[in-house]
Amino acid sequence: MKSLIQKLTETTSPSGYESAIREVIRSEVEPFADEVRVDALGNLIVRKGEKGRNGRRIMLAAHMDEIGLIATHIDKNGFIRFTSIGFVRPHTLVSGRVRFANGTQGLVGMEADMSTTKLPAPSEYFIDVGATSAKDCPVKIGDVATFQRPFLDLGRRLVAKSMDDRIGCAVLIETLRLLKTTPHELYFAFTTQEEVGTRGAATSAFGIDPEIGLAVDVTLTGDTPKSKPMAISLGKGPAVKVKDTGMLADPHIVEWMCAAAGKLRIPYQREVLDGGSTDARAIQMVRSGVLAGCLSIPCRYVHTPSEMVDYEDVQNSVKLMVALLSGPINW
Amino acid sequence: MPTIGTQQIKLLERLCNACGVSGDEAEVRTIVLEEIKGHVDEVRVDALGNVLATKKGSGPSTSLRAGKKRLRVMLSAHMDEVGFMLVADDGEGLFRFETVGGTDIRQLPGKAVLVGREHIPGVIGARPIHLTTAEESRQKISLEALRIDIGPGSSKVKPGDRAVFATRFQRSGPSLLSKALDDRLGVATLIELVRHAPAEIDLLAAFTVQEEIGLRGAKVAAYAFNPDIGIAVDSTPANDLPGWDGEENSTYNTKLGLGPAIYVADGVTLSDPRLVRWLAETGDAAKIPYQFRQPGGGGTDAGAIQKARAGVPSVSVSVPHRYSHTAVSVARLDDWKNSLSLLHAALTRLTPELLASDRA
Repeated sequence: MKSLIQKLTETTSPSGYESAIREVIRSEVEPFADEVRVDALGNLIVRKGEKGRNGRRIMLAAHMDEIGLIATHIDKNGFIRFTSIGFVRPHTLVSGRVRFANGTQGLVGMEADMSTTKLPAPSEYFIDVGATSAKDCPVKIGDVATFQRPFLDLGRRLVAKSMDDRIGCAVLIETLRLLKTTPHELYFAFTTQEEVGTRGAATSAFGIDPEIGLAVDVTLTGDTPKSKPMAISLGKGPAVKVKDTGMLADPHIVEWMCAAAGKLRIPYQREVLDGGSTDARAIQMVRSGVLAGCLSIPCRYVHTPSEMVDYEDVQNSVKLMVALLSGPINW
Repeated sequence: MPTIGTQQIKLLERLCNACGVSGDEAEVRTIVLEEIKGHVDEVRVDALGNVLATKKGSGPSTSLRAGKKRLRVMLSAHMDEVGFMLVADDGEGLFRFETVGGTDIRQLPGKAVLVGREHIPGVIGARPIHLTTAEESRQKISLEALRIDIGPGSSKVKPGDRAVFATRFQRSGPSLLSKALDDRLGVATLIELVRHAPAEIDLLAAFTVQEEIGLRGAKVAAYAFNPDIGIAVDSTPANDLPGWDGEENSTYNTKLGLGPAIYVADGVTLSDPRLVRWLAETGDAAKIPYQFRQPGGGGTDAGAIQKARAGVPSVSVSVPHRYSHTAVSVARLDDWKNSLSLLHAALTRLTPELLASDRA
């Protein structure tokens, strides 16, 4: 599964431009799918199973997109001005490498003296791709880029850009692969434009019209030096979301997930996230409402070029998902 | 082929001089209904006040493969404009007011306004320079300190009435000046497209309400139309003046005179790349100038349309204008002409093939 995670996280595909990651995922899921389609906003929707007598129509959502940058202006000396796609922390950019979807690579510099203690405004940053004029710059207005950072395997801990939410994609792919039978009609939705406002989840959920919606995404942790208090740690198991800024998980779903984890004897954590949300936020509000919940993978340094997850948490997330989806739902 | 001549400019003038603050678009709607009458197959006004008009294509185009239907393309232009709402009567013809839509308070003092459906003249008063202290002139004026002064004795003005800048439309050489180019330019463009609807598509025209306060009209209009493609036809700021200190202007958004602005990304929409390419290729093929709006904030009706039901591939095209959301904006006639030409040419060559492959 590590090589899958590497492949997913090393793909450049920011919000709105998910075709590259979609093709990677499509080739992984096609052998195990009963049906694969792509909808109007580019969501990849994979059906598995038919709805049996005690089955439900369940949507599982992991977003394929990642935060990124988009060029707004090429100046006369070939420097690229840009704005962000999704929430990019400005201090994570300085001296970092970026890669454009068209293959061009470069670094992020800033106007101010690098020794100053004050961080510049986003408008004071630029990308240098080695061009000398606007004319010879291989990037044009509207071209998109992401952080460029190789996957790092530290054994139990894994580090990469876009763990948010390629790790969720990896969990869903692995779940689909390992799932032998299911009484449910399952829709594995690899969604688009989550980082700019859970747009793909909203429209794909309308199309799927599920009874239950479950997002698989990363969540923050409170286990690094002087971190904001949060009762989630790396390595203590997948997190069952109870609440975040945009969603109150259905209590049945919380109970269902916790009970399954207990039965499997895998560790799990109950999550209350202050500041942030997931695709489940959009799914719950579709049509006349959907029972919604979220399985979260604890992740340090979210929205930086080096996001860290625990491999056991990831594997336990897969085990929990497979267990949840293999049997009937008795509530 | 639609063109812009004296008649179209006259219509733009009527549209721009009409008062249609978000939530009370009736005056603009009346003009729209009158102008599209006889040119559409169906027209209705929906619950929020949107004008929804359908002009069906006249048979499959020769370029269509067997079995493929004509695309149903929603074009949206918002009828509303930013303005004010009176909120309290202080007596003696003085009214407290709030802003409707995004307006910079610093622009307001000393501006003439028109209040209510009867266009009662008034003014947002400013203290004369003779009586302003040096300290006062350094202070930012707050909205709470401003009043609309219509003079005593009128029974025609009440709290809840809306007001707009009193600026009248003018044509000045290559330029168009008005309070409401955003988005009467789009409304006028869409009227011409309805009147010269390409036979290759089913044209779903939405003249929308309440865009300036959160794309509300477009949301329900898109739900009703359930289109294959959504295109917002709007007007966007051009912040294109050179830097006063000689610095390169890298935050111009758009520039006057470079043609219609095609959106790649704004604050609420990441345009469908297929549609961006289609518009740019149309411009290249037909030799119609166009520009890409700088990716950034702001938003158009496309932001609501793309999220309707199971999703709609969407894009926006805007006529650039300077001094947006102030008492007077300035656009170039040629940019308007080229916007209309680009949209018409693009719709004429539109086939279902465009959406045959996945979004990329």
